[in-house]
Amino acid sequence: MRLYEMTAAELSRRLQSREVSSAEVVRSFLERIDEVDPYLRAFITRTPDLALKSAGEIDSRRMRGETLHPLAGVPIAVKDNISTLALRTTCASRILENYIPPFDATVVAALKKAGMPILGKTNLDEFAMGSSTENSAFFPTRNPWDPGRVPGGSSGGSVVAVATGMAPLALGSDTGGSIRQPASLCGVTGLRPTYGRVSRYGLVAFASSLDQIGTVSTTAFDGALLMNLIAGYDPLDSTSLPEEVPDYRAGLEPGLDKLRVGLIRYGRVDGFDPEVTEAVNKAASMLEEHGAKVGEVSLPLTDYGLSAYYLIAPSEASSNLGRYDGVRYGFCADGDSIEAMFSRTRGEGFGAEVKRRIMIGTYALSAGYYDAYYLKAMKVRTLIRRDYEKAFKKFDLLLGAASPTPAFKLGEKTEDPLQMYLSDVCNITDSLAGMPSLAVPGGFHSSGLPLGLQLTARPMQEKLLLKTGRFFEEQRAEYPLRPSLDFLEERGGDYEI
Amino acid sequence: MPFDFGKEVDHVARLARLSLEEDEKERMAGQLSDILKTARRIQELDTTGIEPTSHVTERPAVLREDRVRPSLPLDKALRNAPRREKGFVKVPRITVSEQDQK
Repeated sequence: MRLYEMTAAELSRRLQSREVSSAEVVRSFLERIDEVDPYLRAFITRTPDLALKSAGEIDSRRMRGETLHPLAGVPIAVKDNISTLALRTTCASRILENYIPPFDATVVAALKKAGMPILGKTNLDEFAMGSSTENSAFFPTRNPWDPGRVPGGSSGGSVVAVATGMAPLALGSDTGGSIRQPASLCGVTGLRPTYGRVSRYGLVAFASSLDQIGTVSTTAFDGALLMNLIAGYDPLDSTSLPEEVPDYRAGLEPGLDKLRVGLIRYGRVDGFDPEVTEAVNKAASMLEEHGAKVGEVSLPLTDYGLSAYYLIAPSEASSNLGRYDGVRYGFCADGDSIEAMFSRTRGEGFGAEVKRRIMIGTYALSAGYYDAYYLKAMKVRTLIRRDYEKAFKKFDLLLGAASPTPAFKLGEKTEDPLQMYLSDVCNITDSLAGMPSLAVPGGFHSSGLPLGLQLTARPMQEKLLLKTGRFFEEQRAEYPLRPSLDFLEERGGDYEI
Repeated sequence: MPFDFGKEVDHVARLARLSLEEDEKERMAGQLSDILKTARRIQELDTTGIEPTSHVTERPAVLREDRVRPSLPLDKALRNAPRREKGFVKVPRITVSEQDQK
């Protein structure tokens, strides 16, 4: 087994026992990136020199006998909407193409403090708005299981990097499914923690009441390792939660006895692939066979949740993105008056989806429409939270699909934004309610594409999610899942979108 | 009655300070009409007496002590500004003299 094929836990073990150096580990991943990334394009910015430099520093410190963090020397990829000091952070937008943050996000500072070399910044839908990574202003990322398909989004770059061994771990962000949906389309594990569990300081704001940084990994245990590093209170984020951080690695082993699982029955949601439903039912049987008590639960407001989300998130976005005016940072267009300068800067700097959302949000917040759209959506959000409160009176864990279909084709939904929005239908209500939610691989579609399960728990119950995720891994003969990438040899990357 | 966003596009684009090309406006009018049609389905729900949720954390606003602390030095704060001069950001003229208005 080559180093880039190993889990973060295995790399951590070998680094701590000094079987390998961090420089060797980082070089293995950098070579893999050179081999694979020209075709799949997960990275916007690669940082091989920086990664090798921090690997060298960690190796010297280890040689000196210093006590290091378990993840010291294990490299990581970071979604390009998370601020990195002196390292270009673009949000996959023209408007921030040359933006160099003067500070580190709190999570990035934590990675650096622990000695995790950063391999680069990963591709996303512009400002994390999208479900396919096709809204990147620079280039789309391809799905490693079928390069003619999307990896999902918005954290498409991060999940592809992890799925193909270009990075053992990655950070993503999830507003309405941006970690879980791509994780399921690429066969990796993605955790959206409880809102407020991980600091948002330095995450470029999209919809502040929903945005959350989370983990992308090949196993639930690796997710736990990374959560141990990034979870916790941050005085720089006034919405971060002060509750104590548990050791997410501990107690992931014991069984599922008496675990009450609610199997989600989706109401009138169109476009569900029957094989997805089958995979979820099969997962429910597996839990039942191992001692869990499974019952059915309906979250009747799921489709209204989608409607509410596509008012709330754009409203918050239209406000948050007001800051891109060409004055303090980013792209700036010419204009005779200040208004002309603002409008042209934004008109030329933003891509189509970002403009759509700014328009919807501005409309929903404008005089005469505020009550009917934004305020009404916030009331529906309350009803959705009540749905969950009710469900969690009966159940400890909810089980459903992480995406209604496996990966769709590149270009299939780009002309129809509403169809694109519908691909987040499984993920959105968890976000609106602030619940932690985990996507784990749930077998394969007959087309050979991976399918994802989604587990949802009460706030702060990430451990239960990771434990159940680990259970599903143990049920499989082969883990982690790795795409074969046959097409790299067969077609030499010479295919068109 | 079919919902038509076309009439609103110019007004909303102005509010959002977004300059849009004519073909962009046309495309957007159709797409936003569709999206808002779906979004308006929330009107079917009865929300009488329901409090809105603007945020899921029910904690009061966190305040810090009002103390002078070092902040980002000027050169670093301005490094990303596309147009700057003598320690300031530079923008087109904001004020218009009465003479110019005539």
